Amino acid sequence: MMTASLNEYVIISSLLFVIGFFGVLLRRNTLVVFMCLELMLIASTLALVAFSRFNATMDGNIFVFFILTVAAAEVAVGLAIIVALFRKRQTVQIDQLDSLKN
Amino acid sequence: MASILFLLFSTLTVLCAVGVVVNKNAVNAAGCLLLCLVGVAGLFVQLDAYLLAFILLLVYAGAVVALFLFIIMLLDVQGRQSFGFSGITTFAGLMAFALLLTGLGTIAVKGHLDAPRLNRLAAEGANLKPYAQQLFTTYLLPVQIIGFLLLIAMLGVIVLSKKHATEEPAK
Repeated sequence: MMTASLNEYVIISSLLFVIGFFGVLLRRNTLVVFMCLELMLIASTLALVAFSRFNATMDGNIFVFFILTVAAAEVAVGLAIIVALFRKRQTVQIDQLDSLKN
Repeated sequence: MASILFLLFSTLTVLCAVGVVVNKNAVNAAGCLLLCLVGVAGLFVQLDAYLLAFILLLVYAGAVVALFLFIIMLLDVQGRQSFGFSGITTFAGLMAFALLLTGLGTIAVKGHLDAPRLNRLAAEGANLKPYAQQLFTTYLLPVQIIGFLLLIAMLGVIVLSKKHATEEPAK
């Protein structure tokens, strides 16, 4: 059976990263921006696992472990901040959260 | 050449990632994120990282996306403008698009990463034993630090989501 090469995995991973990056740049809803951040994290995870597999080492896989843990903590704290923000300002649209502007 | 499964899962992943970005409804975006994670887990299985695929589904699909959906329903943020195209953002986006596309093209055309075929390599991540061995020897200190980080994050979330008595109630 034919298997995919490392090149193809790296391409998929960078595509995912680019898509997540555009979401962060162009979306105006804080929650969706946060989801796109997760997308970028997942892309880096995929690259780490692929490199780890093609070099027959364990280090990338272990790193993915830690990344998943940190991502879970990050999501919990970030969503708590968003909820606190919504309580204070009644909105989560980025362009309305501009009190630091002036 | 790539296998059928690789093509299937990578197409699913990329399409659903695009769906996360372009969906106006936040609930649909969360659903797309879920499908995208399933695709990435499939790619992990292709890479013989069965444990990581399982953990990805468990932690992300089970906990993180569910949390996102809870918050979306709690805040009820629908029907607003969802894309912003101010001048400087569009310019930055176009510049970033050009640069990243160039990088991707370079990887696709010239990036022969000189890896041997998969069937000649031992699948290190396929069994549980290497994970345990590494986590309890080489990476023992990071494991402890990560545990402490989780504790701090939990305390931080509790403090953040508590209603303070001095704060005036939001209307």
